[in-house]
Amino acid sequence: MTRPEQRVEAAPLKKAGPSPWPPRLALAAALAPVGWLGGRALLGDLGANPVEEVLNRLGLYAITFLLASLACTPLQRLLGWSWALRVRKTLGLAAFFWALAHVLFYVGIDQGLDLRGLWEDVLKHRFVFLGMAALLTLLPLALTSTKAMERRLGFRRWKRLHRLAYAAAALACAHFYLRFKLPEAWPILAAALLALLLAARLWTPSGRKGARAAEPQAPAAAASAPEASVR
Amino acid sequence: MSRFRSPRIPDAEVTPRETFLRRRDFLKLGAAGAGALLLGGGEARASATPHGEKLAGVKPSAQFTEKSVGDKPNSFEEITSYNNFYEFGTDKTDPKQNAHKLKTRPWTVSVEGEVKKPVTLDLDALLKGFALEERNYRFRCVETWSMVVPWVGFPLSELVKRVEPTSRAKYLAFTTVYRPEEMPGQRESLSIPYPYLEGLRMDEAMSPLTLLAVGLYGEVLPNQNGAPVRLVVPWKYGFKSIKSVVKIRFQETQPATTWGQYGGGAEYGFYANVNPEVSHPRWSQSSERRLGEFLRRKTLPFNGYAEQVAPLYAGMDLRKFF
Repeated sequence: MTRPEQRVEAAPLKKAGPSPWPPRLALAAALAPVGWLGGRALLGDLGANPVEEVLNRLGLYAITFLLASLACTPLQRLLGWSWALRVRKTLGLAAFFWALAHVLFYVGIDQGLDLRGLWEDVLKHRFVFLGMAALLTLLPLALTSTKAMERRLGFRRWKRLHRLAYAAAALACAHFYLRFKLPEAWPILAAALLALLLAARLWTPSGRKGARAAEPQAPAAAASAPEASVR
Repeated sequence: MSRFRSPRIPDAEVTPRETFLRRRDFLKLGAAGAGALLLGGGEARASATPHGEKLAGVKPSAQFTEKSVGDKPNSFEEITSYNNFYEFGTDKTDPKQNAHKLKTRPWTVSVEGEVKKPVTLDLDALLKGFALEERNYRFRCVETWSMVVPWVGFPLSELVKRVEPTSRAKYLAFTTVYRPEEMPGQRESLSIPYPYLEGLRMDEAMSPLTLLAVGLYGEVLPNQNGAPVRLVVPWKYGFKSIKSVVKIRFQETQPATTWGQYGGGAEYGFYANVNPEVSHPRWSQSSERRLGEFLRRKTLPFNGYAEQVAPLYAGMDLRKFF
């Protein structure tokens, strides 16, 4: 009689845990722009102003990965996609590294290391300032992204710190919007998506698939203390 | 009482402009093919097709040569594939993609207002009624990129003299064509108000530098560069050099301009002289990237034309009148 039970326990162990593919695909996605930019550069297909094109692309990758990383938790909560949580860190780090590449390219190539002009740009122009602020907001998140740092900070503090990702995304969206002289579709879409993700995050209880998502002040939400402080 | 009307040619019978403009390519393709057969390849590339219609009777300028600018002009490809012409879309590459929809013939420019001899000029009057010269000018965009363009055109002052402005003519107001059916950007709700408006002070219009351009690289102006006729004011940011002009009005008061009004004047003022000392609200104007160059270069006051035009602004505070 005991055998069937043992088998039930043994089966998942044999399968050696969840699929290894989501993290691998996330890493591939995070690195895909290298191939895209490199390929277009080699083909001489970056247009009449390649420096501007690369700079804009790097910024676009940063904001895309940042929003993608913020979509993970809502996807898991609303649709029960547990794999989403397993790619969150990779996507978040991709956002940081593309943002860093964007700023380094801006300082080193676009501005030609003119640090005096750069300082003036950052201080005098809201547009540049907001972008720099977004990167600086992401920095502590990237530095504490390891499991060891998570343990050192304690999960609750770590989690609270990492909510700064929303602030970084808001700064990045404002920076993106201000880049254009006219209201443009892409930055407005990015900001709308961010608002949607934030709303989904605030109004879904953690842990479970969100059939009860619409219920305000569900008791389940109160039970998960870290979430309560978001409200 | 009914007047004679010329019969309307059904649209289907009209040769599309693109096909019409390419009519010689067909022959050339044949010729090149034959040449390739005779000479064993390689020759087909050498007979690269010209981009557009060659302009007749263009004389090189004595004063505004490649030497006077100090730099080679940008390539035809660069000049015609990287444009700000919001009527065709806000991406730099949109105008090249969409501008073929604009029909530049027939075309008239109405010159009116405070003048003794108002006139409506058609395209032939512009192309044949004035001595066309090729001039190499620096072109500096407010977005901190720049080019050198070999324009073909004539000084605006030639036109101004012909219409004999009255003593009340203190400013010129320019208007771009308004044809939403041919210009997709004019149908966008989140765009700037159309038609596009620009203006110059009378002495700016009379400067020998100010050009009405009808071509570049010796050919008819490509649509994305403001065909068939545009203003070129080389010491001001590019947006002052209004494209596809249909109306020039002489008036006593300073005209409203599109970017001058947009966002309550947050973008730029009426003068918009290239000035490395005065920042755009969102970026510094102290340097620029010449298309085709890797590193930025310092921006020159009045885009390098200070000697010619700085006296026009003597005694004006250019930080205030930016």
